[in-house]
Amino acid sequence: MNETVSGPRHQPLQLHVPEPGVRPGDAPDFSEFEIPRAGAVRRPGIDEAPEDMRDMAFSVVRVLNKAGEAVGPWAGQLSADELRAGLRHMLTLRQFDERMLRAQRQGKTSFYVQNLGEEAVACAFRMALEDGDMNFPTYRQAGLLIAGGYPLTDMMNQIFSNGADPLKGRQLPVMYSARDHGFFTISGNLGTQFIQAVGWAMASAIARDTRIAAAWIGDGSTSENDFHAAMVFASSYQAPVILNIVNNQWAISTFQGMARGGAVTFAARGHGFGIPAIRVDGNDYLAVHAVARWAAERARAGLGPTLIEHVTYRAGAHSTSDDPSAYRSKEECDAWPLGDPIDRLKAHLVTIGEWSEERHSQALAEIADEVRGAQKAAEANGTLITGPHPSPRAMFDDVYAEMPAHLIRQRQEAGY
Amino acid sequence: MARMTMIEAIRSAHDLAMERDERVVVFGEDVGYFGGVFRCTAGLQEKYGSSRCFDAPINESGIVGAGIGMAAYGLKPVVEIQFADYMYPAYDQIVSEAARIRHRSAGQFTCQMVIRMPTGGGIFGGQTHSQSPEALFTHVSGLKVVVPSNPQDAKGLLLAAIEDPDPVIFLEPKRLYNGPFDGHHDRPVVPWKNHPLGEVEDGPYTVPLGKAAIRRAGSALTVLAYGTMVHVAEAAAEDASVDAEVIDLRTLIPYDLETIAASVKKTGRCVIVHEATRTSGFGAELSALVQETCFYHLEAPVVRVTGWDTPYPHAQEWAYFPGPDRIRRAFKAVLEG
Repeated sequence: MNETVSGPRHQPLQLHVPEPGVRPGDAPDFSEFEIPRAGAVRRPGIDEAPEDMRDMAFSVVRVLNKAGEAVGPWAGQLSADELRAGLRHMLTLRQFDERMLRAQRQGKTSFYVQNLGEEAVACAFRMALEDGDMNFPTYRQAGLLIAGGYPLTDMMNQIFSNGADPLKGRQLPVMYSARDHGFFTISGNLGTQFIQAVGWAMASAIARDTRIAAAWIGDGSTSENDFHAAMVFASSYQAPVILNIVNNQWAISTFQGMARGGAVTFAARGHGFGIPAIRVDGNDYLAVHAVARWAAERARAGLGPTLIEHVTYRAGAHSTSDDPSAYRSKEECDAWPLGDPIDRLKAHLVTIGEWSEERHSQALAEIADEVRGAQKAAEANGTLITGPHPSPRAMFDDVYAEMPAHLIRQRQEAGY
Repeated sequence: MARMTMIEAIRSAHDLAMERDERVVVFGEDVGYFGGVFRCTAGLQEKYGSSRCFDAPINESGIVGAGIGMAAYGLKPVVEIQFADYMYPAYDQIVSEAARIRHRSAGQFTCQMVIRMPTGGGIFGGQTHSQSPEALFTHVSGLKVVVPSNPQDAKGLLLAAIEDPDPVIFLEPKRLYNGPFDGHHDRPVVPWKNHPLGEVEDGPYTVPLGKAAIRRAGSALTVLAYGTMVHVAEAAAEDASVDAEVIDLRTLIPYDLETIAASVKKTGRCVIVHEATRTSGFGAELSALVQETCFYHLEAPVVRVTGWDTPYPHAQEWAYFPGPDRIRRAFKAVLEG
């Protein structure tokens, strides 16, 4: 290092490194997190100009209040049947997570990523889309598949890399791909899908189609270059895309402040690009659904992209390779002021007389049967450890549409 | 038949592809209204409208990433990176995404896309307008890599690339855009209209990917080259009166091992020529392939004539560029070896 040169008029500079206020052993503190009352945030028209709705990026759209009532201008869009279906999707995802987490601990697969606490985001969003729309998800939107009716057994076949794995054992667990269910192939490389979603939406516009795209990214990955690429392309071409940021406060061990959250909201990033942005309570199924539908209507009407920041909390570990007690307070999840998405929707359904403890217990039992049955069916096709696995021959397929000569030679060399 | 420069041939390929298939869309920096800094897309926006040919923000990752999304939708994007030297911001999208999507989704999603980029030196382009990054693509499974050396091939290969179901990196040697260049930089520039390969069919045709062309038949030694170096190698053979067989690879991946091996087995000697830097360049792969397939036929060690392992310089252009003199010395070495 060079010798420090400091003139008489200047103090030495100092690098600022953001740090979360709370670490293991500290008391959780969300006192600086401003939460408006449910129903307090206005509902703009879908054709409102981005510059006229800047307030939406600095508040939080919420529908469910503490009493379990749906209130305000974003309420009243879902029937009781639809709400019960939503609850069922979230409960299914949570049980699916629990069983797959256990399967990983039992050594039946190498890796798993939970959705705990974020179930409402993907499950509610999916119900605002139409068949034919395309999601470009990260690895933490399995709710899109479950709410979209993708078979649990196929998800598990992928997780177990077994003989029935739709991806032929090539992909790490949870990196699903389901074209027919509007679910783009998941990549391990963060942020890449955000701009691809914009391209898909541009293509739909070029083809004079009516389908729209939905892009997904986490708070941490908004730091990636492709986030910015997506924002400028989406805005320049007014692409029919919904740009979703799932702010779950954590990027593995790194708190959202490292991506410069906290000081300014993630939603506010839309303003620099002229993209209307809305911040929503990500643990409020009704709010997520209402905002998603608003953005989908906007996109479908040819009014351009919308940025949505889903404010939520990553209640589980980052993955099965992670131990969050090494970097954050164990009590933080319980202190999270937006609560649990399942508890809140359940309370609402009970409040409006469309659900009961008895029905809930019964639903839990049914879902347990369903998930257990799916796992039994998947394990009959094999697990990562026991096999059978897809043939090694399959690893040479699909590199190209037609296998070139050099790959054929290598496959023969490998003995397949 | 018409006389075309490589620029006109590339423009013609775009035009014909867009005319017969509305899924073909063309975009990149300055590609739309202006028609491209090298004029390769001139007139396309006017003819096909701004939803088929359009300008892009200056963001290479965005250009390629958006193209991948369009290909996933079912369009056939042909995107341009203004100079190959500026593809690096898009490298993640090319390597991690375009190349892998078919494999990782077991064929559910594909990436029928062409990524065009002007490449190569010999134009006083300095560090960031002269690079030849082909080895950074040939190392990536899932990509096809094409380098034309003349207008006739440029058109046929580009039309083949646009119809190819896989992502194709299409490297256009900008030194060859207006005329062939044999490395004799002290002589006047020759236009394509005086070269037989400047004669190009007006209508659509394809040159198959994965097939090399023998540009100059010979029996004394084999030269493996592509792009500008094909012309330089031909000139070196003439200059030195060496009966060299010059093979224009045209497609690097998939490569035409059959043509390569047949020639080297016949001549027993092999010189590999490329502008790109030597270490881990595509020449290393070619050398290994020749050694593996022609070992008992080789009369001398395989020699590589390449750019030096330095960044591409400005003032030292002709000391860097592998010109006819250096190739001639390599001929001498393998013939005496």
